[in-house]
Amino acid sequence: MSETSPSVELLEQVEDVGGAAQPLLQVSGLTKHFPVRGDLFSPRKTVRAVDNVSFSIAKGETVGIVGESGCGKSTTARLLMHLMKRDAGDIVYDGMQVGRALSLRELRRGMQMVFQDSYASLNPRLTIEDSIAFGPKVHGMADAAARLLARELLGKVGLRPETFANRYPHEISGGQRQRVNIARALALSPRLVILDEAVSALDKSVEAQVLNLLADLKREFGLTYLFISHDLNVVRYISDRVLVMYLGEVVELGPVDKVWDAPAHPYTRALLAAMPSSDPDNRTETPPISGDPPNPIDPPSGCRFHTRCPFAEPLCANATPELSDVDTMGHQAACYMAIAGSGHSRAPAKENDKGATAA
Amino acid sequence: MTVMSDTALQAAPATKARGYWATVGRRIARDKVSMVCAFVLVLIFASALLAPWLGLADPYQGSMIRRLRHIGTPNYPLGTDELGRDMLARLIYGGRLSLIIGILPVILAFVIGTSLGLVAGYVGGRLNTAIMRTIDVFYAFPSVLLAIAISGALGAGIVNSIVSLTIVFVPQITRVAESVTTGVRNMDFVEAARASGAGPFTIMRVHMLGNVLGPIFVYATGLISVSMILAAGLSFLGLGTKPPEPEWGLMLNTLRTAIYVNPWVAALPGVMIFAVSICFNLLSDGMRSAMDIRN
Amino acid sequence: MLAYIARRIVYVIPIVLSVALVCFLLVHITPGDPLVAVLPADASQELAAQMRTAYGFDRPLPVQFGLWLWRAIHGDLGSSIATGRPVLTEVLRAVGNTVTLAVAAALIGFTLGLLFGLIAGYFRDTWIDKVATSVAIAGVSVPHYWLGMVMVIIFSVQLNWLPAVGAGPGGSGAWGWDWEHMKYLILPAITTSVIPMGIVTRTVRALTGDILSQDFVEALRAKGLRELDVFKHVIKNAAPTALAVMGLQLGYMLGGSILIETVFSWPGSGLLLNSAIFQRDLPLLQGTILVLALFFVALNLLVDIAQAAIDPRIKRG
Repeated sequence: MSETSPSVELLEQVEDVGGAAQPLLQVSGLTKHFPVRGDLFSPRKTVRAVDNVSFSIAKGETVGIVGESGCGKSTTARLLMHLMKRDAGDIVYDGMQVGRALSLRELRRGMQMVFQDSYASLNPRLTIEDSIAFGPKVHGMADAAARLLARELLGKVGLRPETFANRYPHEISGGQRQRVNIARALALSPRLVILDEAVSALDKSVEAQVLNLLADLKREFGLTYLFISHDLNVVRYISDRVLVMYLGEVVELGPVDKVWDAPAHPYTRALLAAMPSSDPDNRTETPPISGDPPNPIDPPSGCRFHTRCPFAEPLCANATPELSDVDTMGHQAACYMAIAGSGHSRAPAKENDKGATAA
Repeated sequence: MTVMSDTALQAAPATKARGYWATVGRRIARDKVSMVCAFVLVLIFASALLAPWLGLADPYQGSMIRRLRHIGTPNYPLGTDELGRDMLARLIYGGRLSLIIGILPVILAFVIGTSLGLVAGYVGGRLNTAIMRTIDVFYAFPSVLLAIAISGALGAGIVNSIVSLTIVFVPQITRVAESVTTGVRNMDFVEAARASGAGPFTIMRVHMLGNVLGPIFVYATGLISVSMILAAGLSFLGLGTKPPEPEWGLMLNTLRTAIYVNPWVAALPGVMIFAVSICFNLLSDGMRSAMDIRN
Repeated sequence: MLAYIARRIVYVIPIVLSVALVCFLLVHITPGDPLVAVLPADASQELAAQMRTAYGFDRPLPVQFGLWLWRAIHGDLGSSIATGRPVLTEVLRAVGNTVTLAVAAALIGFTLGLLFGLIAGYFRDTWIDKVATSVAIAGVSVPHYWLGMVMVIIFSVQLNWLPAVGAGPGGSGAWGWDWEHMKYLILPAITTSVIPMGIVTRTVRALTGDILSQDFVEALRAKGLRELDVFKHVIKNAAPTALAVMGLQLGYMLGGSILIETVFSWPGSGLLLNSAIFQRDLPLLQGTILVLALFFVALNLLVDIAQAAIDPRIKRG
């Protein structure tokens, strides 16, 4: 922030309490079920949008979440932002439990979000400057200072403040609007920014520019990102680690290269195989997964993927496999084929299986 | 990045952006129909307001010898009524009461209905259910029947007529306000405002009102058209204004006896109601299309 | 479908109860003692107390409501103070005439409205559209009681073609389907039809325009479908909404007939309501409003069901 002119006042960051070793965000057992409007004549049903999701994000890291639409990615983002009440689970920010050690209001400074729809996420009646200045003013910054900060941030996201500050959202392009949304998120000096499909609606060339901008901003402001997208190429480009979600559950997580090079879950493999390749010799002709994702109102029992999995065996339908280590690098998968001695015919043999029973 | 923001911060020719309402205003001003309607309404409002200073005849002073003169009679350009009172004066003075009893219910209903609808739409949940189910009960009555039932039960009178029409319009405006509010509330920018830590009142003031008031206002403007007809209708039935007050609906009623003698004079008050009603309707349409800015 | 109908009917019950409550309370918001309406002007204190007990006005309101509702369910809406006849008999006789008027007006208004709406929507932004739209706007903005007066002035007073008031020769009130009676129906029916005509025109115009601008119509045309078949698609897609609007309008005509019936002295429920109001005949006022509102609720229910039957997009599950 060396080039920030001294006259521009920034909102104070939420203090780093835990140090570098403390994860910035720890999520455990996050669950959200939506009741489906039942009525007098039909039983009440629930959509299991997010089911027992646990992960953590280290300081300065970029974690990606991938999955088909409807897998609970966006619900997870809204739960983390506390825009929606969760049914169960803990969200710990830098070692502080939200609501106890950290107030919700403070959390909102420490964690911000950029939405997919760049137009819907800006108030059409406010100028861009007003939209960006709104947050800091909510947190007590004077109007003039907030406007100065808004203009400074417009510059930071590559928009000339003189040209853009007084414009309205409908007067600028989608890429420019998404830059404004990023500036709006940064106005509260967050340490974690959740990007919910933030570049998905943009043209490819604009998308690349915005991704580069995100990388620059991360370096400049020392940010941590949670990057949610259905676009595997983009996730691989920007993320350090990745979470694969299927029907509200995490099926695989690990360093992005490990997951890409040696996917342990058949769903991940299918997703990667379905990826459009730029190499014409490397194109698949047959769809790797057949059928639509099952209805989340009535998810399959056991492993939720077993209805579409080519390797499904009876045990897959009986109980849900737990996320288990695939290697020592933090690569985990929730598949019986990756759990040694699980009973699946393709599971690796447990090394000291016999020894353990003998002893 | 450093280079980029430095150049961006340098002075550049400022472009003048136009706000939403300024754009809407300009679009309405370019719409001929809306402008003609606005002009007619301003004319009727101004003449009603300034009636005592227009050099008109006394609207209460009748004379048995000059009853039911035809349109175009010297000194009585629009003739005289069944009691010999100058029609022109009564029509212009009549605007005072007619416009008040026609427009006031919509203004009251706008305030009450918008508040209820905003609360129901923003808070949601059980409160929404409670408010909207109560509103549904009023929808089980045709609006004319409801207005007449309440007016009939309360008895004749200007205040009762305004009260009954307000009761009729509150549910309609509440429904519109609730659906608009729910729509805006679910938009990402409201989520974003919540995510920045703003409280419900700040969000309501900064982000909701500006987006919901426009459509509700347009709807209410269209309702004035209905309200004018109903308010005059209540007077026409004898449930609103009482004689000898000049008021268009009541004038229409008392002149019914004259349709065999001087039919066109008898029909005049209805022309005024029709004019105000159609102008508000067209103005509402004009505003609606002017506000529909899509890019 | 049956389950859908059952569910709709279950949902209507609380509405019907609330409507009954509103009708019941109407009498209690009237200024003064409700007893005044039933008592002769020179009644003694003793008689007043007696009547109070007889009518149950001395009991708490919820009990009164319960008793009133119980009697109403059994078809007893009390007796008219003016005529002494049972309210239900009076109301049902009058409603018959109102239905005649409303159906005649609906035939005129809906036919013209559909016609104008389809033409205007099909030839959007042409002069035909402008004419149809103007007629529609005039229809919804005109004070219909005034239009009734103007019709009487033109066709009865000036041209002497049609009778101005009443529902038949001799003023017997008995309706018959012959020209002598039909003459009396023409003016009030046309007058009543202008509002539904305007509203149906505007609705159908908007629907037609929207459907024609959708991609699937482009696709149909690209597939070489004839205009007539495109038109059939338009009708099929516009029908559910148009039907709902027309059902609602029919309900408004039934319930809101008081002004026109007053202008034409048409002996329907509106005229009955008018006399009930001015004679302070509260049981008759209450009963008429209750019956009309229940008609309206029932009509809405029918429209909902009919709409669900023809529109696959409405979930019946």
